[in-house]
Amino acid sequence: MPTQSKSDKSEPTKSEPAIWLRKDLLDTADLNLADFNLIFETTDAMIEVRERPIARTTTLRGTTLATLFYENSTRTRASFEIAGKALGADVVNLSASQSSVGKGESLIDTVRTLEAIGADILVLRHPLSGASTLASKYTNASVINAGDGMHAHPTQALLDLFTIKQHLGELSGRKIVIVGDILHSRVARSNIWALLTLGAQITLCGPATLLPKYFTQHKSDLQNVTVTTNLKTALSNADVVMTLRLQKERQRNSIIPSLSEYIRNYQINNDTIALAKSTAIVMHPGPVNAGFEISQEVAEGKQSVISAQVTNGVAIRMALLYLFATRTTDFPA
Amino acid sequence: MSITVIQEANEIERTIRRLAHEVIENNQGTSELILIGILTRGATLAERIATEIGNFENVQIPTGALDIVLHRDDLKMSGPAPKLQKSTIPKSLDGMTVVLVDDVLYTGRTCRAALDALMNYGRPASVRLAVYIDRGHRELPIRPDFIGRNIPTAPNQSILVELNEIDGVDRVSVIEEEL
Repeated sequence: MPTQSKSDKSEPTKSEPAIWLRKDLLDTADLNLADFNLIFETTDAMIEVRERPIARTTTLRGTTLATLFYENSTRTRASFEIAGKALGADVVNLSASQSSVGKGESLIDTVRTLEAIGADILVLRHPLSGASTLASKYTNASVINAGDGMHAHPTQALLDLFTIKQHLGELSGRKIVIVGDILHSRVARSNIWALLTLGAQITLCGPATLLPKYFTQHKSDLQNVTVTTNLKTALSNADVVMTLRLQKERQRNSIIPSLSEYIRNYQINNDTIALAKSTAIVMHPGPVNAGFEISQEVAEGKQSVISAQVTNGVAIRMALLYLFATRTTDFPA
Repeated sequence: MSITVIQEANEIERTIRRLAHEVIENNQGTSELILIGILTRGATLAERIATEIGNFENVQIPTGALDIVLHRDDLKMSGPAPKLQKSTIPKSLDGMTVVLVDDVLYTGRTCRAALDALMNYGRPASVRLAVYIDRGHRELPIRPDFIGRNIPTAPNQSILVELNEIDGVDRVSVIEEEL
């Protein structure tokens, strides 16, 4: 039987609803397939909005976005700010060094203060794992985790997956290789949970000291994750090669014996990328240490999608801001 | 609830053909003309009108599809917000005559949102409004230039336009809720 919903756009409930019920985005491990699809479809529409001659709407007029960064960031913070402004939100940027955090204000007090001055959505980056989860419990504002310690960086993973879909289509069955310092990488972790939900085959590759034990210990539950120290094995038949920033500051702790040895065994360069499929794409979350984890030629080569990742980052964040700002709190059962 | 069918496929085809003639008569030809339909059914209607114009003028009229959700005035009201769809506008609208196409004109709020969205694509020379059904009850000062059919409705009635490309059938119905 036909229903009214098809032709009458005057009531919001009559178009196909975007059902986004979540208050916060803390990690990709919390998202299901329907959430990913909704985010990616919304991002598709946002890509078009970004390409309009006048790429600005007033959709989020009256919504206040606060970014609170306890760590440095270029892309994440700038893209949230650009995304918020493109949709007409008010954007307040706070960093630990400029705010009362410097006077000893706690994270919880800072978050409550931001809510009290009208923040609807709070984007938080913090050096401690779990900081966003903690913050989300003390505020009614939506908290978007923009990186917490070694735990999670869900918006980076979302833009990575969107970029893969854009270049290669569906992720299911694709071989995704993540190379480098997996142990300390929140980007890797959020990507792994998301890729598993979308049905990809994941290979983690790096020196043994930079590979988390978790995935070998839980092998029976994680059959789509392979762990290896051999880059050649890892890259064979790969559709996607995700490189990670080599956190050079950690080298002093003797986690890797020497930088030159790491480069010799794990650098993605013209020789090693040739081991992957010829159609493989190369990704990096930035900032790139060209000449270390990836060579300059590959980072800027024809297989590189690094600049597409940055561009897509704005659209992903616009999509999330739209979903959070219009989310349903009283959806009928 | 009762459903009364008021138009079927062959009548719909004739009405679309008439709309196509009216559009080019009003525009004095097809130059600088673009038809932009409001997603979802308006976009399908825009394609059909453009095809008709193409048939008897032997030109290809550019068409576009516009998603107006980001420009609505009721997003923060209760109920789930609509899902976004991707707009496709093939060229800058600077200096163009835009014919905005929708299936049902009711309060005028969708059309207002569409006008807002259009301005992101340039400065058209003019914007006209073509609607398949005008059912009355305007809440904003918006008036259509081309009308398929006028169907005055009571508050408990609504209009359902079904199109073959989307619904598998061409049919216009009046739906009446029990009071």
